[in-house]
Amino acid sequence: MTQPKLRIRGLKKAFGDKRVLDGIDLDLMPGTGTVVIGGSGTGKSVLIKCILGLVTPDTGIIEIDGEDVLKAPRHRARQLRAQIGMLFQNGALFDSLPVWENVAFGLLAGKKIRRAAARDKAAEVLAQVGLDASVGALSPAELSGGMQKRVALARAIAAEPAIMFFDEPTTGLDPIMGAVIDELIVDCVKRLGSTSLSITHDMASAQRIADRAAMLYEGRVSWSGPAADLLTTADPVVDQFTHGRAQGPIKMALRR
Amino acid sequence: MKFLLSPVAGIGATVLGMLAWLGELTLFALSGLSHIWRPPFYPRLVGRAFMEIGFYSLPVVALTALFTGMVLALQSYTGFSRFGAESAIASVVVLSVTRELGPVLAGLMVAGRAGAAMAAELGTMRVTDQIDALSTLSTEPMKYLVAPRLLAGIIVLPLLVVLADIIGVLGGFLVATQKLGFTPDTYLISTFTNLRSNDVISGLIKAAVFGFIIALMGCFQGYRSRGGAQGVGAATTAAVVSASIMILALDYVLTQVLFSK
Repeated sequence: MTQPKLRIRGLKKAFGDKRVLDGIDLDLMPGTGTVVIGGSGTGKSVLIKCILGLVTPDTGIIEIDGEDVLKAPRHRARQLRAQIGMLFQNGALFDSLPVWENVAFGLLAGKKIRRAAARDKAAEVLAQVGLDASVGALSPAELSGGMQKRVALARAIAAEPAIMFFDEPTTGLDPIMGAVIDELIVDCVKRLGSTSLSITHDMASAQRIADRAAMLYEGRVSWSGPAADLLTTADPVVDQFTHGRAQGPIKMALRR
Repeated sequence: MKFLLSPVAGIGATVLGMLAWLGELTLFALSGLSHIWRPPFYPRLVGRAFMEIGFYSLPVVALTALFTGMVLALQSYTGFSRFGAESAIASVVVLSVTRELGPVLAGLMVAGRAGAAMAAELGTMRVTDQIDALSTLSTEPMKYLVAPRLLAGIIVLPLLVVLADIIGVLGGFLVATQKLGFTPDTYLISTFTNLRSNDVISGLIKAAVFGFIIALMGCFQGYRSRGGAQGVGAATTAAVVSASIMILALDYVLTQVLFSK
């Protein structure tokens, strides 16, 4: 049986009295795309931050290639997490650096490349996300929302990561630009052969960029299945969420 | 009973909160300092921090020192003339500037300018996920953002204070020779006769400590800011206020240590 690229078991995280993650189990198989859906505040971003090491979980297992990053020595955990590329919801581009330096940041920071070569590499990656090399000289503040998202995607893929995370990649974009970003994501993930984990509230986007889907509800994965089944599954929580119905178990839970 | 205990509980909670804050600040400072010595190094960022803390603070520090020296000469003359001790003005100006006013005023000015800028920049980076993005790009934020600023603060403020000392003395010299009737030779001889190297060095030691405090508070408050624009504003204010208070408090402590015999 194939080993999952990323395996999560019993992941728990509480902030004070509020238990956000209450035993997450999730497998990401190599080369597949998984989307995590769920209401606001259900812990989707916390889940990603736990995997990235930005938030320390209370208990649980996070394995990358079969190795538990939570138990690994710090240096080894950093090596394992270095396989992950991340596209943040708002891009999180560094304002103080020009676009090309943002794109090549990971390569420059790891001293994997010289500055002159980094500039050429940035131009090459910018072309992969449909941007002209001249954009490289601009500051992130000079770009539109869609262009910033493309630059952020270029930065995420520049080091050719084996695992990619996308946090609400189409939020704040018009439907056409959202579809363009989705296409770029699918294209980049396929070309790199990466395993991807996405978070989104956009069901059309979820079905475009993922093979599998998981519903996060009350701190756990309450349903998982093919992304194509998201709109047709009989699961009442997923059905209510994907169709945006006011009535259903999710609202009942909020009322309690 | 509850009525009596609630103020005590309030005081206890405040003290515990302050201790937690102090512990957090100490760990942050130790972490930042440890990253100064460990590779990888970012000389470009250290250079940039030098420019931001040092070069761009030159005008405000120079003007502050100039007017302080001028006012000090005038005030000293007004007071000392009552006792016929006008000849001591040059000594008072040079000792006040080098030992006390140069480092303290330069520190307060740099805290208001560069400390606030650091807190605002790091705070904005925090609330827009840029600091998290650094971590995901295999870059340690403490090393990339904090260590270069701490190093620059420690080195640059003494350099600014050397300049402030020279300009402050020059301000006193101008007022004394142009307005109070001193001859340039007399004033300069009096200035340097009573000046000891220890006066200048102690001021520079103070400046290095103040530079560290300014960078530390700017980075610390910015790094832990939360809650969007309002959080960044609060962090910026907290950085300037806490750095200023710590400069004044440490000035007393350092004066006690450096000058008491």
